[in-house]
Amino acid sequence: MGKPTGFMEYQREPSHLRRPEERLQDWSEAHPPYAEETLRTQASRCMDCGVPYCHTGVMIAGMASGCPINNLIPEWNDLVYRGQWREALIRLHKTNNFPEFTGRVCPAPCEGSCTVGLDGQPVTIKNIEVSIIDRAFEEGWVKPQQPQARTGKRVAVVGSGPAGLACAAQLNKAGHAVTVFERADRVGGLLMYGIPNMKLDKGVVERRVRLLADEGVRFITSAEVGRSFPASRLVSDFDAAVLCGGATQGRDLQVEGRTLQGIHLAMEFLAANTKSLLDSKLADGKYISAKGKHVVVIGGGDTGTDCVGTSLRHGAKSVTQLEIMPRPPDQRAASNPWPQWPKVYKMDYGQEEAAALFGADPRQYLVNTRRFVGDAAGQVKEMAIFEVEWGKDAQGRFVPKEKPGTERVIPADLVLLALGFVGPEKGGMLSDLGVKLDERGNVWTDDEKMTSVPGVFAAGDMARGQSLVVWAIHEGRKAARGVDKYLMYGETVLP
Amino acid sequence: MDQGEMTQTGYPQKQGLYDPQNEKDSCGFGFVVDLQARRSHAIVQKAIQVLVNLEHRGAAGSEKNSGDGAGLLLQVPHRFLEQELAKQGITLPEPGAYGLGMVFLPKDPQSRAACEQRFEQVVREEGQEVIGWRDVPTDNGSLGPTAKASQPVIRQLFVRRAHVGDQLGLGKADDLAFERKLYVIRRLVEKAVSRSAIPGRDAFYVPSLSARTVVYKGMLNANQLASFFPDLSDPAMESALGMVHSRFSTNTFPSWSRAHPYRFISHNGEINTLRGNINWMHARQSMMSSRLFGDDLKKVLTVVDTEGSDSAMFDNVLELLAMSGRSLPHAMMMMVPEPWSRHESMSPEKRAFYEFHSCIMEPWDGPASIAFTDGRVIGAVLDRNGLRPSRYYVTKDDMVVMASEVGVLDIPPERVLKKGRLQPGRMFLVDLAEKRIVSDDEVKQKVAGEHPYRQWLDENLVELKELPPPPSVIEPDHETVLRRQEAFGYTAEDVRMLIAPMASTGTEPIGSMGTDTPPAVLSQKPQLLYNYFQQLFAQVTNPPVDAIREELIMAVDTAIGPEGNLLEPGPESARQVGLPTPLLRNEELEKFRQLDGTAASHGFKSLTLPTLFKVRDGGAGLRKALEDLRWKCSEAIAEGHNVIILSDRGLDEEHAPIPALLAVAAVQHHLLREGSRTRVGLVLETGEPREVHQFALLIGYGASAVNPYLAFETIHDQIRLGMIEGLDAETAEKKYVKAINKGIVKVCSKMGISTIQSYHGAQVFEAVGLNQDFVDEYFTWTATRIGGVGIDVVAKEVKLRHDRAYPPKRPIVHKQLGTGGQYQYRADGEQHLFNAETIHKLQFACRSGSYEVFKEYTKLVNGISTNLATLRGLMDFVPTPKPVPLEEVEPVEAIMRRFKTGAMSYGSISKEAHETLAVAMNRIGGKSNTGEGGEDPARYQLEPNGDSKNSAIKQVASGRFGVTSDYLVHAKELQIKMAQGAKPGEGGQLPGTKVYPWIAKTRHSTAGVGLISPPPHHDIYSIEDLAQLIHDLKNANHQARISVKLVAEVGVGTIAAGVAKAHADVVLISGYDGGTGASPLTSIKHAGIPWELGLAETHQVLVLNNLRSRIAVECDGQLKTGRDVVIAALLGAEEFGFATAPLVVMGCVMMRKCHLNTCPVGVATQDPLLRKRFTGDPAHVVNFMRFLAQEVREYMAELGYRTIEEMVGRSERLEMRRAVDHWKARNLDFSKILFKPTVPKHYGRTCQIPQDHGLDEALDTTTLLELCRPALEDRKPVAATLPIRNVNRVVGTMVGSELTRRHGPGGLPEDTIRLTFQGSAGQSFGAFIPKGMTLTLEGDANDYIGKGLSGGKLVVFPPKESTFVAEQNVIVGNVALYGATSGEAFFRGVAGERFAVRNSGAHAVVEAVGDHACEYMTGGRVVVLGATGRNFAAGMSGGIAFVVDEDGQFAKRCNRELVSLSRVEDEAELALVKGLISKHALYTGSSRARAILDGWDEWLPRIVRVMPNDYRRVLEAQARMREKGLSPEEAEMAAFEMNTHDAMRVGGN
Repeated sequence: MGKPTGFMEYQREPSHLRRPEERLQDWSEAHPPYAEETLRTQASRCMDCGVPYCHTGVMIAGMASGCPINNLIPEWNDLVYRGQWREALIRLHKTNNFPEFTGRVCPAPCEGSCTVGLDGQPVTIKNIEVSIIDRAFEEGWVKPQQPQARTGKRVAVVGSGPAGLACAAQLNKAGHAVTVFERADRVGGLLMYGIPNMKLDKGVVERRVRLLADEGVRFITSAEVGRSFPASRLVSDFDAAVLCGGATQGRDLQVEGRTLQGIHLAMEFLAANTKSLLDSKLADGKYISAKGKHVVVIGGGDTGTDCVGTSLRHGAKSVTQLEIMPRPPDQRAASNPWPQWPKVYKMDYGQEEAAALFGADPRQYLVNTRRFVGDAAGQVKEMAIFEVEWGKDAQGRFVPKEKPGTERVIPADLVLLALGFVGPEKGGMLSDLGVKLDERGNVWTDDEKMTSVPGVFAAGDMARGQSLVVWAIHEGRKAARGVDKYLMYGETVLP
Repeated sequence: MDQGEMTQTGYPQKQGLYDPQNEKDSCGFGFVVDLQARRSHAIVQKAIQVLVNLEHRGAAGSEKNSGDGAGLLLQVPHRFLEQELAKQGITLPEPGAYGLGMVFLPKDPQSRAACEQRFEQVVREEGQEVIGWRDVPTDNGSLGPTAKASQPVIRQLFVRRAHVGDQLGLGKADDLAFERKLYVIRRLVEKAVSRSAIPGRDAFYVPSLSARTVVYKGMLNANQLASFFPDLSDPAMESALGMVHSRFSTNTFPSWSRAHPYRFISHNGEINTLRGNINWMHARQSMMSSRLFGDDLKKVLTVVDTEGSDSAMFDNVLELLAMSGRSLPHAMMMMVPEPWSRHESMSPEKRAFYEFHSCIMEPWDGPASIAFTDGRVIGAVLDRNGLRPSRYYVTKDDMVVMASEVGVLDIPPERVLKKGRLQPGRMFLVDLAEKRIVSDDEVKQKVAGEHPYRQWLDENLVELKELPPPPSVIEPDHETVLRRQEAFGYTAEDVRMLIAPMASTGTEPIGSMGTDTPPAVLSQKPQLLYNYFQQLFAQVTNPPVDAIREELIMAVDTAIGPEGNLLEPGPESARQVGLPTPLLRNEELEKFRQLDGTAASHGFKSLTLPTLFKVRDGGAGLRKALEDLRWKCSEAIAEGHNVIILSDRGLDEEHAPIPALLAVAAVQHHLLREGSRTRVGLVLETGEPREVHQFALLIGYGASAVNPYLAFETIHDQIRLGMIEGLDAETAEKKYVKAINKGIVKVCSKMGISTIQSYHGAQVFEAVGLNQDFVDEYFTWTATRIGGVGIDVVAKEVKLRHDRAYPPKRPIVHKQLGTGGQYQYRADGEQHLFNAETIHKLQFACRSGSYEVFKEYTKLVNGISTNLATLRGLMDFVPTPKPVPLEEVEPVEAIMRRFKTGAMSYGSISKEAHETLAVAMNRIGGKSNTGEGGEDPARYQLEPNGDSKNSAIKQVASGRFGVTSDYLVHAKELQIKMAQGAKPGEGGQLPGTKVYPWIAKTRHSTAGVGLISPPPHHDIYSIEDLAQLIHDLKNANHQARISVKLVAEVGVGTIAAGVAKAHADVVLISGYDGGTGASPLTSIKHAGIPWELGLAETHQVLVLNNLRSRIAVECDGQLKTGRDVVIAALLGAEEFGFATAPLVVMGCVMMRKCHLNTCPVGVATQDPLLRKRFTGDPAHVVNFMRFLAQEVREYMAELGYRTIEEMVGRSERLEMRRAVDHWKARNLDFSKILFKPTVPKHYGRTCQIPQDHGLDEALDTTTLLELCRPALEDRKPVAATLPIRNVNRVVGTMVGSELTRRHGPGGLPEDTIRLTFQGSAGQSFGAFIPKGMTLTLEGDANDYIGKGLSGGKLVVFPPKESTFVAEQNVIVGNVALYGATSGEAFFRGVAGERFAVRNSGAHAVVEAVGDHACEYMTGGRVVVLGATGRNFAAGMSGGIAFVVDEDGQFAKRCNRELVSLSRVEDEAELALVKGLISKHALYTGSSRARAILDGWDEWLPRIVRVMPNDYRRVLEAQARMREKGLSPEEAEMAAFEMNTHDAMRVGGN
């Protein structure tokens, strides 16, 4: 193990972010790499626990505690501490196909359950993870690895988000011929167009996709199954298919004035921005600009933050972020003990940047939207909001109740709805295939991730509902195992 | 049928978990001999008197008047027999011309006649003449019903000597010819009767058949022998010698034949290597021939009667060796050799003798004091470790009395010529032909000089380095290594946590907490065969040994090669290859491979046989491959190969390796059966083994040497990868070999075995989860009790591993080993009962007080448990038609009183954690346990809020840390820790960096100085010793229950029965899975077994023996839920212990970092910063206990029980789950666990009858307490003089406990109570006496004088009338002042072995000491005015000793690993030494002290100061700090911290 007393001797080194003022000037990632010495010191803080909570990945109180894909965190921490980067890479890749993604975008439930965090600040696990894989790419250690034999089986994967890619990568390793269908013009799904470039550089995504292609995965873009490619061919042309189409249907906000111009689902805003950025460095103008506008982002999650960060980079006049939930406590509440996911107040990059520009956290808590008000041209100008408090309803469920007399009006030239996703798109492919849905509207699967249609599997948000990238990878790997068993008469070689 | 009504002889059949094979016994013995060989009736009477005075060393069962056995061996009493036979009208021939047989016969007249007929027939067939039979009169009036019921008819047979042959062609028969013929007759008749169909033939037994000696013995106690055999009182009954024995057996079953003496020996102790010794003897038989026996030899074979006890088997072999021409001393030297390989001053001849004989026979190893006689010589030997007491007197009228104790005969002091003791490995011999005592040196030198052994060795024994150099070894690349690793089931954990650390550090890796992974048979992962075996270990009936501190008795070297004829060895018998270790490095193996029988190969010829099988053929293929392998081995031997290399190199896609253990065991047992095993050396070349347990198994099942090539390749690979840094390959290999060697030695020493040679093939393991057929075929005689998998599953597990290396269809890109997850949780590894979820739920439940969440926790744990994680997980409750309402079940409070927390020392856990547990358990009326680290007396006071921090259970462990009179009187229960689940058979070590000032205080030691707990209790080497300690503790606190903690292993039930007979009030059966603060990983996983087996066995055996009603049974070992508790109750427990779970409740998150002192939650650490993080609360622990009890109640209601009492032992309410369809688990069979023995109705099933501790008869009760009342009540001085005898044991201790109770730890002013005794004091004289008591003894004392001395004063000197030189004669026995914490002691004379072991504060003066003096001492001052034995100061980390080194040899006898020697220079110290010697002179009248004081300036330079290095450094640092102006407390802490950071600190381990 690393250094037994490391956690007592060294403090957690906070993220080395570029200053907000600087990073707001570009669309590049915010993290310069750590010095090797710093990383080794930080890794030495790992206690190499007998029960490594970070690695466990179970749902506690409805949230992930520890890593859902069971990254072998203590092992690679130790290896980094000892300077064994290459071995660390091997251990990292064992459980995680795409550490360069999770190392950038994961909210890191591992750190939430890190034992060092029981009394102190957790190990910088995420940072170490991304440092291992970035270094590996830099050193040229990550090379395409062709499977040693092919099974002759063909598998279609629909959707190239993290679930689809993970599934494709695994199935390819097992020797199956994998074709990935992507309806967008670029591969990556949410990784490509959902997450802005400053959080996940698109070069990183493309690098991995290239690697998969070199290993033999076939990608077909601009191909929407159920529209440009008949869903029935998934069954007829392939030995199995995996649906990884995501939970792309955004949650809308049906209040007065919703139809005004300037009110968008967050994904419309973010996707267009990234596409324009990649196509023309925003020169083509094919995106929704926040420049000079009063922006209101509704929803306090990661997507909301991305909207904040993007708007700021456009040059918004002001940014406000609305959240119906209360502000989390600074410290864990008694009802939220370690190793549960810590529900505590945090500033993410977007809020930090807003605070740097405007002097305050842009978030307002415990507020709900009454209506949008537009100008004569039908363009939204302002919105009425009110404060809520949470209480139990007749059924004993916690619900927000309006605090009387709190309604107020705020300016709003651009409203971005980042309220999460309600599930997969029901028409098209899903209805064509006739797969059964579960009570929440996601695709129903059995334990092996097979849908109600034999040979058709589903994974990721499409089957699970909206979730983390790391869960998507978990799902993709699990589905790959299911497919492999299905194709190989009950046996699988996949972990 | 009601068995109690039957006439039972011998042991019950094997039933349930009971197996008569496990029976143990031990005892006291002695002999009396007339040096002038004068036969007299007086000698007979004296021998009987000795026996009577040893009675307390024997035992009785549930009936007081059924003894375990007593007996007497005499010379054939010709005058008496002549007189008796004359009454029958028979005239006896002259002495020596007839043989006398003592015969036990069945009671049934027809059966008896049949036996007698056979006997007579054999006599005639062997050419001798039957003179006639004589009825031996017996009077069974005093016998208990059990003994009576099983009593045989006893008759004597007289055989006239006729022609006995002239085997040597001398023209006349040799001296022993008639004895040999009688031996042949006895063996033949024994075989004839046992193979006959005669009803009741089991009762037939021949105690003796000889022209020289006769044995009178039976299932008697010492007092009954003389009255039972009226013969013995006849004045004509004369002998020049009498050897007696009083037996303590672990059971209550009747056995007449197991009484001692046997034909040649009486034995006190145990043979640990028995299974191996038997196997090897069997193997040797085919090679045996003897000119003396000629064709008669085959009539006596098989030599070893495996129905007998270990002593009986020893006797069998000794008899054969003696009858085939060796002298008795010679034979004894072969079987019980003294440690020779590390002996610095042994003569070359003797060393050569031992070395030569090590080539033909392995030692019979174990604690043993063995008296032997053939009627012409009589003597005794002591085992190499000196673990049994043997004392002797020689009188001026030529009598010698030797016994386990002194004082067994009243001999006026002025008649005593010499008082001596038997020393480790030494022999004491009286030759009646020469009419003198022959010294150890003389007799051994003579035997050793009989042949030119050195020359024979030089010409034949080859050292490994003398073999021709090997061709170069090819180094495989990383991919190949990885593939091999996969094939042999390596995990990343194996490499990361075991191999790499061993190769880097040379020591076995340490871990902490218990194990909570499934046993191999339940694991969903393919398991190596090794994991189905658990190590056995010594507890109670024999001691483990300390392989580190007592290294001088250990021997790792072995020899490989064929053995010769045991009976007539010659130079060729030494034709072997000597190995310094059983591990061969790759190039060493190659040396063996190229042996081709030529002169360059020294005549050795090897053959390599592949141990591979066609993996796709599964179990059938494996079976066939083993058959082939066996056949090829036989053939190779027939062709003259004398070294066979079993090799699994060359595995490929089709061929998988046969599990190395299976290969070697299969060959071993095949060759044993075939009788050819000793003609060949078995070398294993295998990629499989990598950790200590695996090597121990391979050697234990017959491999002579092992080459773990893949382990070495892995090391090389790790070096190439940069994973092992800073070491070259050779150094890393050597370190790895060193670590494994140390580990193997530790595994041996756990079992009390000191030499690898006798561990070889000794099979000291039990199987868990292997089926009987499989074990019978390949692992014959190994216990396996719950059935399990066989060869098909073993083959399947091989295949699963092989498939990883050679994926059957699709080679997928994976270049990594599996994670393992045995030691740390891993998602795809083994499942653990405590994981992130269960830990969180438990903590959350108890902190928030939510029973609902607690139920979620138990549901999760039970879910894992029942999903193939524990044996109990496979049990289901049998539902009752009559559940009871919950409110009728006894309340939570009543149940919680049965709850205890586990023994965790203050030192292993923090003050906060320790006190939290105590407060919590006191709140609920349960009991917490101090662990072995003592307790701060401040905790005996109640807290202002009424809480008590006083732990109800005070543990007494081998280290005796802080075990003072005060500590003992504050206990409700005193627990003797015999073993600990995580590391049974091992000691412990608290490194100096963890001995913080507050820890040092409670342990009476020095901050910053490491502490060692010895593996054994040095006052418990056998069962009667345990009885003594129980008695001692009861005297020290008569209000406390005495509990004995054992760890589950096969035979634990038998030991528990012995514990019950030793009068313990409680026996605790711990599972192997319990926690630890630090232990080698191998021990945590592989020693001991689950409590389900141990508890069930214990309950069954106790019930069977009708002892269950006298002793409460407690159980612990990963008990976590109400379900666990209920199952434990149904299997026989009435009290329950919890340790890991309460720790988790207090904040433990299973870091498993206790051993590093970095516990981040302040539970298992002493670091003040980390302790601040402690968040535990007694209320949380109370919640846990309440919840648990509540859950238990719910189960009870469901099962229809209102009280726990009703539920205990109701195993019929459990059944094995029917629907187990797991590929491995479905083969299990729990019927033995759930078995209920059939016993009479009145046999209790729970504890109901209090033990009779016999305190009423104690001298303290009868006399001393009353006598000392003025002092105890009014602090008035008291003085008195009284007689004392060896039967007066633990004298003064009760008075001492009263004194402490009334006057506190400070006691009374010095000399307030002054008691003077005259005579020989019994064991434990003055144990634990506090300040204010002075006991003076004029006479001598037995073992354990001054045990736990707590401030009192002891003075012992010889009687004024004695004429011998005091400083040359033994005055006190072994293990004096063990664990003394303060006080003074002055002994004028020689003390036995292990003087002042673990002394932490007493000051003592003695005139000479035996071996191992001052071992593990941590404080106090010891002055030795004369010679010391060897290994002085081993493991001594504190205190100072001063030795008057007259002959200048002391430095050689001192173990200087931890200490330095110097002169005494410091003034204050000089004054102290002089003061102590002056007191000694004053109190004891010592002339030696007087002389030294008179010539002080001359003597001073010869006084050697023995100072532990660590101790000195810390004391010096403290002094420097005080000089800087720090207060003593600050200085202590500052010195401690300095020491922690001192890289030069001397480690022990």
